[in-house]
Amino acid sequence: MTAKDSLHIALAGNPNAGKTTLFNNLTGAHQHVGNYPGVTVEKKEGICTHEGNEIRVVDLPGTYSLTAYSVEELVARDYLVNEQPDVVVNIVDASNLERNLYLSCQFLELGVPLVIALNMIDVAEKRGIRIDTEKLSEFTGVPVVPVIARSGKGVNELLKTVQKVSQTGAAPPRTLIRYGADIDEALKDLIPVLEEHKLLGSAYPASWTALKILENDEQIVAKVMLENMKVGQELVDRSETLARHLQDTIDAYPETVIADHRYGFVRSILRQGEVTRITDQDRLYASDQIDKVVTNRVVGPLLMAAILFGLYSFTFNWSGFLVDWMGMCFAFLGSLAESALPDGPIKSMIISGVIDGVGGVLGFVPIIMFMFFGIALLEDSGYLARVAFMMDRIFHFFGLHGSSVMPFIISGGIAGGCAVPGVMAVRTLRSPKERMATLLTVPFMNCGAKLPVLTLIIAAFFPAHQARYMFLATLVAWLVALLVAKLLRMTLLRGESTPFVMELPPYRVPTLKGLFIHTWERTWQYIKKAGTVILGISILLWAMMTYPGLPSDKVADFEAMRQQVVTSADKAEELLRIDQLEAEAGLRHSIAGRIGMSLEPISHFAGFDWRTNIALVGGFAAKEVIVSTLGTAYSLGEVDPEETTSLTDRLASDKHWNPVAALAFLFFIMFYSPCFVTVVAIAKEAGSWKWAFFSMGFNTVFAFSMAVGIFQLGTVLGLG
Amino acid sequence: MNLRTLQSGQTGIISAVKIGGPLGLRIREMGLVPGTKIRITGRAPLYDPVKLRINGQTLTLRNNEANFIEVRIEEGA
Ligand SMILES: Nc1nc2c(ncn2[C@@H]2O[C@H](COP(=O)(O)OP(=O)(O)O)[C@@H](O)[C@H]2O)c(=O)[nH]1
Repeated sequence: MTAKDSLHIALAGNPNAGKTTLFNNLTGAHQHVGNYPGVTVEKKEGICTHEGNEIRVVDLPGTYSLTAYSVEELVARDYLVNEQPDVVVNIVDASNLERNLYLSCQFLELGVPLVIALNMIDVAEKRGIRIDTEKLSEFTGVPVVPVIARSGKGVNELLKTVQKVSQTGAAPPRTLIRYGADIDEALKDLIPVLEEHKLLGSAYPASWTALKILENDEQIVAKVMLENMKVGQELVDRSETLARHLQDTIDAYPETVIADHRYGFVRSILRQGEVTRITDQDRLYASDQIDKVVTNRVVGPLLMAAILFGLYSFTFNWSGFLVDWMGMCFAFLGSLAESALPDGPIKSMIISGVIDGVGGVLGFVPIIMFMFFGIALLEDSGYLARVAFMMDRIFHFFGLHGSSVMPFIISGGIAGGCAVPGVMAVRTLRSPKERMATLLTVPFMNCGAKLPVLTLIIAAFFPAHQARYMFLATLVAWLVALLVAKLLRMTLLRGESTPFVMELPPYRVPTLKGLFIHTWERTWQYIKKAGTVILGISILLWAMMTYPGLPSDKVADFEAMRQQVVTSADKAEELLRIDQLEAEAGLRHSIAGRIGMSLEPISHFAGFDWRTNIALVGGFAAKEVIVSTLGTAYSLGEVDPEETTSLTDRLASDKHWNPVAALAFLFFIMFYSPCFVTVVAIAKEAGSWKWAFFSMGFNTVFAFSMAVGIFQLGTVLGLG
Repeated sequence: MNLRTLQSGQTGIISAVKIGGPLGLRIREMGLVPGTKIRITGRAPLYDPVKLRINGQTLTLRNNEANFIEVRIEEGA
């Protein structure tokens, strides 16, 4: 630590132990969400004041252990070692001491200055668990403070203890835990060697490093090898001797023997009278009864469908008025700019680039807010874990995880979602491979913005069975997404599936404060993005569709045509017609138009002409743009996606279009590159732009191959 | 007897966890260690994963993960 004036504490503990609740209680509104460097794990930081002193509080990811097997655990332990918080507050769920203290053991091993916050004592008391905190403190050698994070009881006392510990510093690590004769002996061999060569000496206690070498911890072994290859090899050899010995004698691995002894230590504490259990029957009674219905073989899936559908209607119907309201605000801003600014490129950029672009993005905010509120509700109540539980069988088959369900549904698993909150929801997935596969396949779902295009094409070419085709489109989206996920998991993202050894939290009534904080955090992250990257890209796309402008002789031609009209009868209509023709010519002349035309030699294999190409380029900005751009390209003026009759008729009668070309187009729209807002979201969630670019390229190539296949096959079969 | 073969409602005590590595540790850190009493409380609609009660909490695990866990059925349970 640099300056000693402000205290720096870290909150650590099991998931669901109440870390977030305590963090919110300590820091209130003064918190800041970011990422740990290089990984996508959320880092929450805040300031709290105690007796006039500022305390910097960092919320570490919730973990069950401190191994090197998951990003969260690595992040947590690297933080403890590298940032050296003055005090580590270990939140322990008093109603589930055994598993929680297993993690505490590992903090003791690491020798960090520790305070145990014994949380949920209200729950524990209801269950008849009485804990003698003084004895617990004596056996663990660290202060134990009972708290109720939810109500704030005991928090003041906790902070006092924290301050006291920060002044005295950590007690030197005592050897509390015995790991059995074989392991203890190996430790005795390793520790002096580590101390003699000062290996990793400054950062980690030698006893901890030795233990990690025996556990065959990848990160620590690599670090030791890097510092001293020769000695490192000796240590590893010793560790392998132990492993062989354990294998021969008791058929076990060192890391599991160590784990079993940690549990032994925890149990000995619990046995020695810190805990008295009176009854342990009723706590989960209610949860069990609910589960009997909610995860029932027949009722469960039906109820799940109903609840998910409810979430949908809630999000998309109830946020409607806010979406309209935002739309009106931006339309008003647009008209303000229209009348206030002098004509010219600046005006066009501000209206079409900045206001329309950012407006389109911010227009999603109400949807995202409602969606995240709904998810927070499902998550905090414990239902989301049940959805994962019920769906895991299917998703696991495709190389995904039960928890992938939500992102799929939100992105448009029931037609009409949005991939942006869908991609952001992937965050709840902890397994890196499954998470990446989910991230890359959710944009295949039929989001709300693709619907007008699908509706348009279906109405123009398959008018007899509109509902059936829409339903088929949803099924096809699911099928393709799952199959591509499977493909990715067998190739680029190959690897073991993450275990489904998870805790099903008991059902709880969520707190309103928690819900609002969850909702706001995620919404705010989205808004921040709209201000930066997205503004840039939307201006770029505007420029592509505007520049270069028509050469002056062309403009003069259209002007001359207008002059002629003056005499004609339907003056207004004729003028409008000329405006539309000029818009078409302008679009055709722009960079986007040129891209569209230069792509025609390739795109015609899928049956797309240059007009379609321009619309598809525009669709990268937002899929809604496809319809209006098609309108301009077919010189119908900007077509309102809600009102497409003119465009439907125009396409149905165009010689370039036929049912086969339409089907190829449909498939392409469904599966090509996600819109740029989604791409930005993917980059953020994946932690690198590499995957975002991959999803643009891969999806486009994939969709194009499908479209070509359909168009060529259909044409050969003479269906066109 | 293997955990996988237990029926809903049956009770037993874990006698061995026959796997190391990440999965072995994961199983242990969630509290599935020898000597722990467990009860099967249900299964997902498609029969996998399984849901069980240990130490007053509910855990889930897939059938192929349950394969590694040996249990002793309690008499009279
Ligand atoms: N009864 C009770 N509930 C609590 C207490 N602390 C947290 N909770 C609840 O436990 C649940 C999990 O807490 P959370 O802070 O999200 O846990 P985290 O996963 O560790 O961040 C939430 O529903 C909280 O409202 C407490 O002291 N008493």
